[in-house]
Amino acid sequence: MITKVPILELKNLKVTIGDKEVLKDLNLTVNKGEIHAIMGPNGSGKSTFSKVIAGHPSYDILSGDILFNGKSILSLEPDQRSHLGIFLAFQYPIEIPGVSNEEFLELIYNSKLEAENKEVKTLSTDFFNLLNEKLKLLDISEDFIWRNVNEGFSGGEKKRNEILQMMLLDSELSILDEIDSGLDIDALKIISNGINSFMNPDKAIILITHYQRLLDYVKPTYVHVIQNGKIIKTGNADLAKELELKGYDWLKEIN
Amino acid sequence: MTDQPNNTDVEKFVNQPYKYGFSTNIENDNIAKGLNEDIIRLISKKKNEPAFLLKFRLKAYKKWKKMKFPEWGQLQFPEIDFQDIIYYSAPKQTKKLESLDDVDPELLKTFEKLGIPLTEQKRLSNVAVDAIFDSASIGTTYKEELAKMNIVFTSLSEAAQEYPELIQKYLGKVVPIGDNYFSTLNSAVFTDGSFCYIPENVKCPYELSTYFRINEPKSGQYERTLIIAAENSQVSYLEGCTAPQYDDNQVHAAVVELIALDNADIKYSTVQNWYTGDYKSRGGIQNLVTKRGLCSGTNSKISWTQVETGSSVTWKYPSCLLVGDNSQGEFYSVSFTKDYQQADTGSKMIHVGKNSRSKIIAKGICAGNSRNTYRGAVSVNAKALGARNYSQCDSLLMGNSTNSNTFPFISVRNPTTKIEHEATTTTVGEEQIFYFLQRGISLEKAIGLIVSGFCQEVFTKLPLEFSVEADQLLRLKLEGTVG
Repeated sequence: MITKVPILELKNLKVTIGDKEVLKDLNLTVNKGEIHAIMGPNGSGKSTFSKVIAGHPSYDILSGDILFNGKSILSLEPDQRSHLGIFLAFQYPIEIPGVSNEEFLELIYNSKLEAENKEVKTLSTDFFNLLNEKLKLLDISEDFIWRNVNEGFSGGEKKRNEILQMMLLDSELSILDEIDSGLDIDALKIISNGINSFMNPDKAIILITHYQRLLDYVKPTYVHVIQNGKIIKTGNADLAKELELKGYDWLKEIN
Repeated sequence: MTDQPNNTDVEKFVNQPYKYGFSTNIENDNIAKGLNEDIIRLISKKKNEPAFLLKFRLKAYKKWKKMKFPEWGQLQFPEIDFQDIIYYSAPKQTKKLESLDDVDPELLKTFEKLGIPLTEQKRLSNVAVDAIFDSASIGTTYKEELAKMNIVFTSLSEAAQEYPELIQKYLGKVVPIGDNYFSTLNSAVFTDGSFCYIPENVKCPYELSTYFRINEPKSGQYERTLIIAAENSQVSYLEGCTAPQYDDNQVHAAVVELIALDNADIKYSTVQNWYTGDYKSRGGIQNLVTKRGLCSGTNSKISWTQVETGSSVTWKYPSCLLVGDNSQGEFYSVSFTKDYQQADTGSKMIHVGKNSRSKIIAKGICAGNSRNTYRGAVSVNAKALGARNYSQCDSLLMGNSTNSNTFPFISVRNPTTKIEHEATTTTVGEEQIFYFLQRGISLEKAIGLIVSGFCQEVFTKLPLEFSVEADQLLRLKLEGTVG
């Protein structure tokens, strides 16, 4: 029997934005080596969930706790949470005019080294070797890194850029918010292969998605359904298939 | 500054003290406050000027007395009492300076502290500097090296003695006496400035640079710069400015005239970091400047690049008169305002020559309670067949109390002209910042990167040495921890 080691624990989490309650008594434990899929109708709180873990300043935590490797991270700023190993792939990655992707990727790579008190070098061979390896893995052409961050990128390119950053940061917990939206089938395969090759028994991944399609390529350990800021159903990969067929309404009835 | 939760972090970082606010304790030769014909005669006498210059000054003064203070700018500032200003203030010198070794060490120290070492051992490589302290030039580096190539780079006062015929021919040619309120005032009371003459077929191997420093609390600075590039010549010129931190406003009304003859190329860059006043809008430099270039020759080119970060009030419109056929004018600008700073700046491109081309890239960054206005004019004459202009005005807003405006004016008098105008307004938003933070990048670095990315197009136009400096200056203005 393998002992389960939790990376992320959400305990009775109550969250508001303004005076609206967006997460209500949410409980979830994600252990090392697990992939969790979060599904649910629009506006159910999926994106909120990811932003709250990453520390977005708009949300107020009313009660409950978020533990990362056993320690509360509620008082930590988003950049500190990132340095601990929490990564969020955004549904809509922002564009940064005038800043080359190379400059940005190197900066995030070095920011992590700095946070770990490691030696930081500009234009280090370590960085470029790692970058080139990951570019190949994600089938990204080299000119991509000399363009401005996400500026004029296609939807697929933006998503690949998110996965590339996840790989460079080698994050322990990665939350991928609708990483599959706007992807054609080839891009979906490439990104899924990337995620699978990145995953290992010391990491955990949370996939937020609307579609079963992604889960054909990246096998989840658990599937959760969020509705009205609560997890209303948890199951294995088969639950996603059931949802694909039936939608979400049948869950309302049983609750 | 604002009640809204977002952007407060951003605003925290745009509030940091002015680094160059110290003053130098040095004995100055000041004349009495006030402005009248006697004062003008006194200035002219102190500078031992040729008679034509005194005539020039008096003519300007007569015109100025009849002129009205311009009120069309998007600027609000208290009326300037022109009788309460000292029009001549220069460090006391007991003997004539033969070389930089004779300069008061206190002054050399001041410039060194500002990052402008003047002595031979320390001078910047590839940059010849003329250092101006209040009303007088302190000294010029690389004088001998430039003289070998027959390049004249000296203070305007010295030029008036040594090259009176050039001064008489060109001074006031581009910005005529009576052009506008502030330039006319300058024509009456200008004290010093730089003069450059690049002879035919010479490409100046050094960056020529003037560094302006206002020290005396009650003085204004009225410098005048004149650059002439003869046929097939080329020059790149840079000016930098700082002032101590005083509670009273100080006036800086400069005039810069550039003249490019056939195939000549002048690149003029400014990094302006005058004292801005404090966060309650007390004090600061009122920067009221007229800059104009005349592309008189065919294929001549004048390019203005400015990084405006200081001053409580900025009123300047570096312009190009494109008279020569195929002449080219360019204007690249970054204007950063915070606290209660006000900037009304832009460019005028006047097309007269056939196939003349112009380009305007203006980037405004507006934080705190500041006002940042782009005001520009593109005017195409009936004779300017095939003229082209491209203008782009981008604004970046930081915070919720900012005021940013764009006033582009276009006038075209012939049908073969092609004009393009683009404008954008963006904000440094919470989501953008969150993206950076999520990637482990600190808030400071995030804002720095967003802003320098926004200005990239302009920074790359600065001479290499200064492009990094301008980027750093801007980041310094943004960051709370440095300086």
